Amino acid sequence: MSSSRRRIVADVALQGGAVSVAEEVDRAKVLDRLRLGDTTFRWLTRLAAIAVLIILGGIIVSLVHGSWPALRTFGFSFLVTETWNPVTEKFGAVAPIYGTLVTSAIAMLIAVPVGLFIAIFLTELCPMWLRRPIGIAIELLAGIPSIIYGIWGLFVFAPFLQQYVQPFLIDLFGPVPVLSPLFEGPPYGIGIFTAGLILAIMVLPFVTSISRDVFDAVPPVLKEAAYGLGCTTWEVARYVVLPYTRVGVIGGVMLGLGRALGETMAVTFVIGNAHRVSASLLAPGTTISATIANEFTEAVGDLYTSSLIALGLILFVITFIVLAAARLMLMRLNARIGS
Amino acid sequence: MKHWTALAAAVGLLAAASVPAVAADISGAGATFPYPIYAKWADAYKKETGNGLNYQSIGSGGGIKQIKAKTVTFGASDAPLSGKELDSIGLAQFPMVMGGIVPVVHIDGIKPGELTLDGPTVAKIFLGDIKKWDDAAIKKLNPSAKLPSQAIAVVHRSDGSGTTYNFAYYLSDVSPAWKSKVGFSTSVQWPVGIGAKGNEGVANNVGQTKGSIGYVEYAYALQNKLTYTKMVNKAGKTVSPTSEAFQAAAANADWKSQPGYGVILANQPGEKSWPMTAATWILVYKKPVDQAATAEALKFFAWAYKNGGKMAESLDYVPMPQNVVADIENYWKSEIKGADGKPVFSAM
Repeated sequence: MSSSRRRIVADVALQGGAVSVAEEVDRAKVLDRLRLGDTTFRWLTRLAAIAVLIILGGIIVSLVHGSWPALRTFGFSFLVTETWNPVTEKFGAVAPIYGTLVTSAIAMLIAVPVGLFIAIFLTELCPMWLRRPIGIAIELLAGIPSIIYGIWGLFVFAPFLQQYVQPFLIDLFGPVPVLSPLFEGPPYGIGIFTAGLILAIMVLPFVTSISRDVFDAVPPVLKEAAYGLGCTTWEVARYVVLPYTRVGVIGGVMLGLGRALGETMAVTFVIGNAHRVSASLLAPGTTISATIANEFTEAVGDLYTSSLIALGLILFVITFIVLAAARLMLMRLNARIGS
Repeated sequence: MKHWTALAAAVGLLAAASVPAVAADISGAGATFPYPIYAKWADAYKKETGNGLNYQSIGSGGGIKQIKAKTVTFGASDAPLSGKELDSIGLAQFPMVMGGIVPVVHIDGIKPGELTLDGPTVAKIFLGDIKKWDDAAIKKLNPSAKLPSQAIAVVHRSDGSGTTYNFAYYLSDVSPAWKSKVGFSTSVQWPVGIGAKGNEGVANNVGQTKGSIGYVEYAYALQNKLTYTKMVNKAGKTVSPTSEAFQAAAANADWKSQPGYGVILANQPGEKSWPMTAATWILVYKKPVDQAATAEALKFFAWAYKNGGKMAESLDYVPMPQNVVADIENYWKSEIKGADGKPVFSAM
């Protein structure tokens, strides 16, 4: 519709002095209509953008309002207490915060290098006929609902870890002085370590597909020049591709980290849901989102509910800090390149 | 233009379909433990009377919140409210159906019903004081069983639950150490073990973890073919978890001792009583805003007391004894009244 209208205006304009009075009026009308359309469009986009701010603001306000009773009762000690006792109504957030950070760290430690390797393989080394199957497989991995990861983790992955991997790790690290406390205790199969591994698998597609897309965008001439100078594949990847694409790669990593921090169902299935901070990675723990998912429906009493909402607020703050840190990192990097 | 007419017609159809055929379904929300039997009753009731029940099994805590907010006609909870709470909100409370909680274990070579435990021993296991299956306390109760020197993996509920409430209440009743260190509530601070979501989560974890112990509703133990244990009850007798044992516990309960029939059936006297029996309660307003809706709900409950016993037993629940039902129906008559001071519903 609008394109045909625009053509009429162009014709009118081209005809110049030959236009009659009736056509003059038409032209003004058409232009008015166009202006109105454009103003409406501008306001629609503006409203959409403002809506995001309003929703975000509303969430912050309701989180703070909901968590106020808990924050007023426990104050700062909420952040440094491990106790989570619904019977005596004493709550502290250390165990869920610890679990959230550690499982996400394990996930990123595994998923980032593996994801980057896959992306480099796909863009630099992979034969053409294999690219598409691997690419599709990774995108399918991203499309699996998290509850499926949870069920698979509990029924297939956890028993496998319990029978083969965890006993091996316990034996392997047992005599090592510093690392042995990290791999202690009975092999439950589920726990912080298992949750981290499941998260790594869930985060992998984000890191991989975004890295692959940005690697593909590197101008061939840059890579060819480097190869021409005698660079190895590793050197091209390290000194040409990665620096050129760092903004995109960090974006993918942050997207993955965001998912790891907030993931709920899959983690709830395999983390063991125990409000404890243990040195051992094999011990059961809990995360913020798993705690909320587990306990919110049956939380009786204002303080209990409020403490769970306060956990949500903390997760919000953690995510905000992560995003801010990512921005800061990018700014630093850009400044260094610029100077 | 054609598209628009088609679209308009479709919207019209949708609007017509969304107008409910039956104006008022009975609406309720709460405990997950009785959900299977409520659903079964509702189905049969609808076939008989044409009236439906819309029950959201969102958990006991959620049920209490919803009835407080008056968004539903009745709330359902596995943990009874105290007389003070009931009075302050103006709620009436009565038990609807009962069930049994059983300890389940996973030990190589031990079959269902072969292991016997008692309350203090279970408390020590869940406190982490007893760490291995060949502990002297367990051996003493099972002189003939071959128990391995295996670490005990404790599995408990991770979500808040009426099952946990009743289990922890029982442990508090039999073990002073449990009472002072942990206590009882719909969720507690567990000293040891891993948490699993729902009865089915605990059942799965016990099923696949060797050396584990957990607690589930009786029906879940049967369905998942788990190794349930016998228990030593208050009278010092060893009992198996059966419908008769649950009923024995209920028959010995003194229902009138607590306001709103809020009697926990854990550790009841009687030689045949199963020590971990549990009831689930219904909450309605004593002076309902919508009298007709409350009357419909009470009508459904009266029907379920009268005709639902067989269905309850088929799902391994225990129906309320007749004398208790008669008393509850009197309680409705005297307590749940409309604005005109007349009873909202009379079963007689």
